[in-house]
Amino acid sequence: MSRPARRSSGRLALAGLAGLVGLVLLLVAARIGIELAPPVASPPDSSAQQAAWAAPAMIERGAYLARAGNCAACHTQRGGAAYAGGRAIETPFGAVFGSNLTPSLAGGLGAWQAGDFWRALHEGRSRGGRLLAPAFPYTHFTHISRADSDALWAYLRSLAPVDAAQQPHRLRWPFGTQAALAVWRLLYFRPAAIEPDAGHRSPLARGAYLVEGLGHCSACHAPLNAAGAGSSLAAAAGRLSSAGLLPQAGWIAPLLTDPGHPGVVGRSTEELVQLLKTGVSPQAAVMGPMAEVVAGSTQHLRLDDLRAMVLYLHSLVPAAPGPLPITQPPASDRRPANDLMTQGEKLYVRHCADCHGGQGQGAPGIYPPLAGNRTVTMDSPRNLLQAITQGGFPPGTAGNPRPYGMPAFDLSHDELAALATWLRTRWGHDASALSAVEVLKAR
Amino acid sequence: MLRLLARSAWLLVGLVAVTGARAEAGAAPAKVSVQVPDTLAQRLQPCMACHGAGGRASREGYLPRIAGKPEAYLYQQLLNFRDGRRANPAMASLLAYQTDAYLREIAGHFAALDLPQSPPPSQGAPGVPAALLARGQALVWQGDATRKLPACAACHGQALTGTQQAVPSLLGLPRDYLIGQLGAWQTGSRRALLPDCMAEISRKLAADEISAIATWLASQPVAVTPAAATTADRASGLRCGSIEAAR
Repeated sequence: MSRPARRSSGRLALAGLAGLVGLVLLLVAARIGIELAPPVASPPDSSAQQAAWAAPAMIERGAYLARAGNCAACHTQRGGAAYAGGRAIETPFGAVFGSNLTPSLAGGLGAWQAGDFWRALHEGRSRGGRLLAPAFPYTHFTHISRADSDALWAYLRSLAPVDAAQQPHRLRWPFGTQAALAVWRLLYFRPAAIEPDAGHRSPLARGAYLVEGLGHCSACHAPLNAAGAGSSLAAAAGRLSSAGLLPQAGWIAPLLTDPGHPGVVGRSTEELVQLLKTGVSPQAAVMGPMAEVVAGSTQHLRLDDLRAMVLYLHSLVPAAPGPLPITQPPASDRRPANDLMTQGEKLYVRHCADCHGGQGQGAPGIYPPLAGNRTVTMDSPRNLLQAITQGGFPPGTAGNPRPYGMPAFDLSHDELAALATWLRTRWGHDASALSAVEVLKAR
Repeated sequence: MLRLLARSAWLLVGLVAVTGARAEAGAAPAKVSVQVPDTLAQRLQPCMACHGAGGRASREGYLPRIAGKPEAYLYQQLLNFRDGRRANPAMASLLAYQTDAYLREIAGHFAALDLPQSPPPSQGAPGVPAALLARGQALVWQGDATRKLPACAACHGQALTGTQQAVPSLLGLPRDYLIGQLGAWQTGSRRALLPDCMAEISRKLAADEISAIATWLASQPVAVTPAAATTADRASGLRCGSIEAAR
């Protein structure tokens, strides 16, 4: 083959490649265009539908589902009218503001139809088709059945309208733009195919429906990628990865199926149900962001629903987790220096032992045991440090209306390192020692 | 080979450690759970670290003494912290998920708490001009009628130790705390139920007047543990939402 001929065939290949890339770009652009195109308007609610939604039983069912979804948490400002919106929710991309869900024509859902509400839950689109920011967890709510969506709608229609205009989100450019959201959806979101009886076939299906769908537990308890896209707990189970970091709160949401995390592994159904229902159990007390979930959501759920959620979570645990790693001897290279341990023990005796006991045995249901406690031993010391430095009360619930609290301890980074290291290597624990620098980084 | 030996040595240590632990657990009934008193003082340990006996609240610094303040006042403040009408992140996160009923109980606990008063910072501390103290004293006792500014004593009592049901004592508090509160009312970061009489009053005060009032109040001794006066002697003519809510 002569040289010019070879050159021209190279040019041809290049042109073909360029054409292919162009075609792909065109398809992507078309797909984004479809995302951005306004959908068909929802039909107005018929009078028969409206009558159905005014039925007390329907409203009551919706109220219960709103609890299960903890809608009020994001859609209520502290001290403000319930569901009237305005709460700022910090995300790695900026702050979004919960919207007004009351049936107000001035700022609320007054002009919406049931079909609009369904589309928001199922497709993540506002009335008129605007793409919603995925801080509204429609990647989970897409699993909600139409019947439950309508019950939620009936409940929201029953609220007293509160006139409060939507605060514009404060997302950094370009994250809040419709184009960016369209690309994000292209990568991470497809509306779910839903069976009409979703979540009612069996306790296991009900549990999955509540955990991955309406209750959106996995929004925090399954890892997020850098683009803020989550997964289901089912997808995350068995992967020994770091759990969801709650960006502004300073806490880590444990991966519930990880045997090294304070999750469901090795814990009985009854204990976990008690923890979700009351905020305390013989082994644990709920602190940090989960206190909000128990106070606003899980304490109000029926025991059969809580059991279904635990049943589902237990079903995700990889088979035979084996004995917990706390009975292993510490590896020699992990053995902390003696003076660190002496200081740690002194701090424990002075500040912690009165409540948590000389052997970390705790007072079940009041002060959680620290021996064998996976908040103490989990890879990230973040929650342990949060608990020590912030203290706090478990949520006040019907089952535990007068909680015992823990003071905040004002310790230096060196003292925190000593105390945390002592706790993490005491009572057979085999977690890593911490330096003051690691403490600083984790806070 | 050496590594294998080392590993089996560790295994042996591990086994001994495990069986040792078991033997220990079997021999001594050591791990008896901690006995916890069923008292509010015990439940409220997070509060006591600052506001209890030996707590960090003193006449210096910033933390206020709350023991002995009227129950209705304390209850309103707990609600205000929880519901965002007062801006203190530590208090807000402590109280965020507690019920009204528990907050009322907490208020009752601190209203009934009888703690010794700490002495005021040394009288006539160097650097405090006498003119400032005199200005403060005049505002506390007379207010300023030309600006419709009531005297503190008009609502907080002739002993300045508060009145039932909902007006707190002004004595025994750190200067910085008093300045902080009047300033927070001015900026709106401390609010009370409407009508918010203290916000109205604070907005009439100049910065140097706030400093004068706070400095004088903080310098006053508290003779005995003050029981808040039982009768209100209100001559301010202002309406206060927090007092009305307590009736």
